[in-house]
Parts: sequence; structure tokens; C-alpha cells
Amino acid sequence: MRTFRILTAGLLCAFLLAGTAAWAKETIVVNGSTTVLPIGQATAEAYMKKNPDVNLSISGGGSGNGIKALIDKTTQIAMSSREMKKEEIELAKSKGVNPVMHKIAIDALTPIVHPSNPVSDLTIEQLSLIYQGKIRNWKEVGGKDMQIVVVSRDTSSGTYESWQEKVLHKEKVSPRAQLQASSGAVVQAVSKNRYAIGYIGIGYVNKSVKAVKVNGVAANAKTALDGSFPIARPLYMYTDGEPKGAVAGYLNFVKGKEGQQIVKKEGFVPIQ
Amino acid sequence: MTRSFKELIIKRVFFLFASASILILALIVAFLFREGIPIFEHVPVRDFLFGSEWYPTFSPPSFGIWPLIVGSFIVTFFSTLIAVPLGVLSAIYISEIAPPAVKEIAKPVIELLAGLPSVVLGFFGMVVLAPWLQDTFDLPTGLNIVNASIMLALMAVPTISSISEDALYSVPREFKEASYALGATKSETILRVIVPSALSGISTAVILGMARAIGETMVVLMVAGGAAAIPESLFDSVRPMPASIAAEMGEAPFRSDHYHALFATGIILFFLTLAFNLVADYISNKFKEVGSGTL
Repeated sequence: MRTFRILTAGLLCAFLLAGTAAWAKETIVVNGSTTVLPIGQATAEAYMKKNPDVNLSISGGGSGNGIKALIDKTTQIAMSSREMKKEEIELAKSKGVNPVMHKIAIDALTPIVHPSNPVSDLTIEQLSLIYQGKIRNWKEVGGKDMQIVVVSRDTSSGTYESWQEKVLHKEKVSPRAQLQASSGAVVQAVSKNRYAIGYIGIGYVNKSVKAVKVNGVAANAKTALDGSFPIARPLYMYTDGEPKGAVAGYLNFVKGKEGQQIVKKEGFVPIQ
Repeated sequence: MTRSFKELIIKRVFFLFASASILILALIVAFLFREGIPIFEHVPVRDFLFGSEWYPTFSPPSFGIWPLIVGSFIVTFFSTLIAVPLGVLSAIYISEIAPPAVKEIAKPVIELLAGLPSVVLGFFGMVVLAPWLQDTFDLPTGLNIVNASIMLALMAVPTISSISEDALYSVPREFKEASYALGATKSETILRVIVPSALSGISTAVILGMARAIGETMVVLMVAGGAAAIPESLFDSVRPMPASIAAEMGEAPFRSDHYHALFATGIILFFLTLAFNLVADYISNKFKEVGSGTL
């Protein structure tokens, strides 16, 4: 009987301990850009393996959504493929949120064409005119006499916004452009169509498409870092105030050596 | 427990479940309107419906869904054009001509088309039909109206076929017998007697098939090409309304103008499918076969 009691008490204690341990597990919510999402997921997995007491919940709803969630305090970390807009910062300040920017990787926005396309180098100006629908034939940029099929991301994508800012200089993308819902779909569309041109983050470039040089510079880690590739953009994570505790631990991991190796493995450019 | 009391309880339970589903539907509609209406505070209804530019994230943004409406109607129209002969003729074949053994196989096979997930059809259109169309007709792109119409037609065929078949099946036997008694051949009976008597049901089938095509999202998202411009030829890309909503909702910031505009597009779609269903209902009531030819 006595042993039974001790056993019961022991079991109870064990349960209680296990219970408190489970309660102590800290959950960090990360939300935002779908471009940054693969980095977020891979680093979170690695981080949780090393720190079992931290639970990272990652979801992608777009840069705008992530920033909105940060302002509403429903997420601790917002992933973003663009800098916060002035209005967003003002809105955040008015709600007592102080957004702090963390640069975590660099992405080179690479124009791609079908592998059979002889065009391998375009200037920003040419890309801009192609996307505005003003250059409509490949022979105008040194290719074959074929119509150009312009493939773009849809209007709410952060990648689309970056492209519009850095290539189109605020002009509108031609309404005749085919809009694809994801970078993967852009690769698929361009790889199947010898008339097509598209643009994707450097992490998505593969053998089924041909990356085009811009102003004579090929997109890679070196040119993206030294700024010679003209369509590079940083990827960010935002926090409310300077990060503390587990949030700081995770961000330091992402920005640190291991995290940056994961960034590289995912096809993006590490910051160092 | 008395029988009448049992009866009462059963009635109440059924009533509860029926009203629950109606309530849920009403809440969804209310939500749709609540999220969609705010856009009209910034954009007049006229500009929203008939504006020709859809640049929801540009500054300043323009929210004109006319190209999307046109895109929806064009692919629906052409898919109907393809699906109606396929659906109706297969229904006639299955209900009137096919020997029982063929019927046993043909009917489930056609219905299997309805069971194919639309993403599979979309994928087929994207990787098989699009390159084929492009090579065969030497087009700049295979993701166009023709491709989307063919894929949507495949989705609408089971709807049209099975409802038409029900209509053909319910044509009273006396009609056929009278026709044969007058010396008409089988094809004369089918074309002059059975099909005309089932016409209300067949029209309903066609309209419900169209409603299915106009609301279908995945296929048009994958194979219509997604260009928000009024097409100039059948081989141009279009961007139907459901494709727009599906492509953009994920990244439109919550409760922004863009978000409200997408919900407003959903309201337009809701009214369109509602209209289709009302017309189908009207036709099936108006031309309902009353009484049969018995003496």
C-alpha cells in the first residue's frame, strides 16, 4: 500500500512537471512574406531542434499582412520582402508599436526566359519597356522575330512591387501581361513557352529556365551583395522594439552563421 | 411516448437542421456584403463595374473589374458552346439509344469527370493542353480562352449530362409509345418528341452547367493566363473574376481597399450565379410538363 502511494505521488509529480514544462514552452508567431517563408520555415526547424523549449509558428500571408499583424500585435515577428512604408510606420507608432528592422538575406530579382531564347542580356530600360508593353517583339531586343509574352506576378505580391519599383520606375505593368500566382508558377509558365519572359527571386532559378543578365551583370551572391546587379532587394524580419528573450535568440540564429548557411541553401544570398 | 409526440420531435429535429443550414448560408452572405460594401465608399459602383483598369496595388489604385467580368463571360460562353452538345448528346445516347451494358459503363464514366479534382484538370490544361495548343496553332501562349473553355467544358459536362438525362428519363412513356404507334422511327421519336418534351429540363441543365463554369476558380486560375485586359482574339489570355480573387486574396492586406474590392468582386459573382439559378428555376417551373397523355 505504501509503495503504491509513493508510486502515485511520484507519477503525479512527474505529470505536474511535464505539465509545467509544456506550459513553459514559449510560442513565437512569425507571419508575412511568402518569399521569405522558405527561409523562415527552414531556420525555424533548425532552431527548434536546438531549442526544444521554443515553439515557432510560421505562416505566410504576404508582406502587407505580416506588417499588419505586427502592428496589431498578433505576431511577434513580421517577415517582409520590402521595407515598411511611411504610413505603416506612422500607424504602428500611433498604436504604440515600435517596428525594428532586421535584414536577414538578400534576394536578386532575376529575369528569366525559355532556354531556347538567344537573348541573354537586357538593360533595365529594355525590361521596363517590355513590361509596359511598349516592346512587343523579341527582335527589337536582339532576338528572333517572335511576339513577347510577358509573365508577371500578380499585383499583390511583394515581388511584383519590387519589380515595379526597381524596373518599371512606377510605370504600370501592361494589362496584357499574364499574371501568375506564385514564383513557382512563373517558372513553370516560362519553361513551357519559348515566347515568354518572367522574373523570379534568385532562389527559384533552375535548369528549366534561362536567367538573363541585366545591364551585362549576371545575378549571383557576389553581384547582389556589391550592388552591381541592379535588381537586388533585401529581405527583412520586423519586431516590435528590440527583440528580447526567445525572439532575440531566434533572430540572432537567423542572422548568425548557421542561419545564413540555411539562407544560402534555400537559394538566397546571405548578408555577409 | 405516443406516436404523435415522436412525430413532433422528428419534425422539430428536421426543422432545426434545415434552418441551421439556411442560417449559415445567410451569415455567409451577410459576411460577404459586410466585407465587400466598404469599397463603394471610395469607388463608385459604375467605376467599379465598368472601369477598364484593374491595378489594385498601384498608387493611386484603380479598381475596374470590367476586364474580369468580360473574361468570365467569354470563357463561360465558349465552354457552354463546347459542353452543351457533349452533355446533351451523351444524355440522349445514354437514356435512349445505348444498350443497357454500355449504359452501365458510360454513365459512371461521365460522372467520374465531376469527381476529378479541378486542380488535376487545371494541371492537365497547363502541362498538356497548353503546349499542344501552342505548337499546333503556333501561338504565343497556350494559356488562353480556348484552353480555359475546354477545361471548363469538361467540368460542366457531367452536370449537363446527368440533369438532362433525368429530364429525358422523366418524359412519360405514353409519349414515346404514341409516337411509335404513329409509325415514327426511333430518331424521329427522339428528335421530335422526347427532346422537345424534356427541353425545360435540358435548359435547366445548361444553365446550371454555366453557373458551374462561371464560378469555377482553380481551372481558370491555372489555364486562363491571368491577363486583366479585354481580349482581342480567342487565343488571348484572360483573367476571370474567381481567378482574380483566388490569386490576390492571399496577399491583400486585411481590410484594405484591395481586400474589400476582392470581396465586392465576390458579390458580383454571387449575383451572377444567383441569377443563373433563378433563371434555371424559372425555366423548369414555367415549362414543366403537366399531366401526361393518358386517357
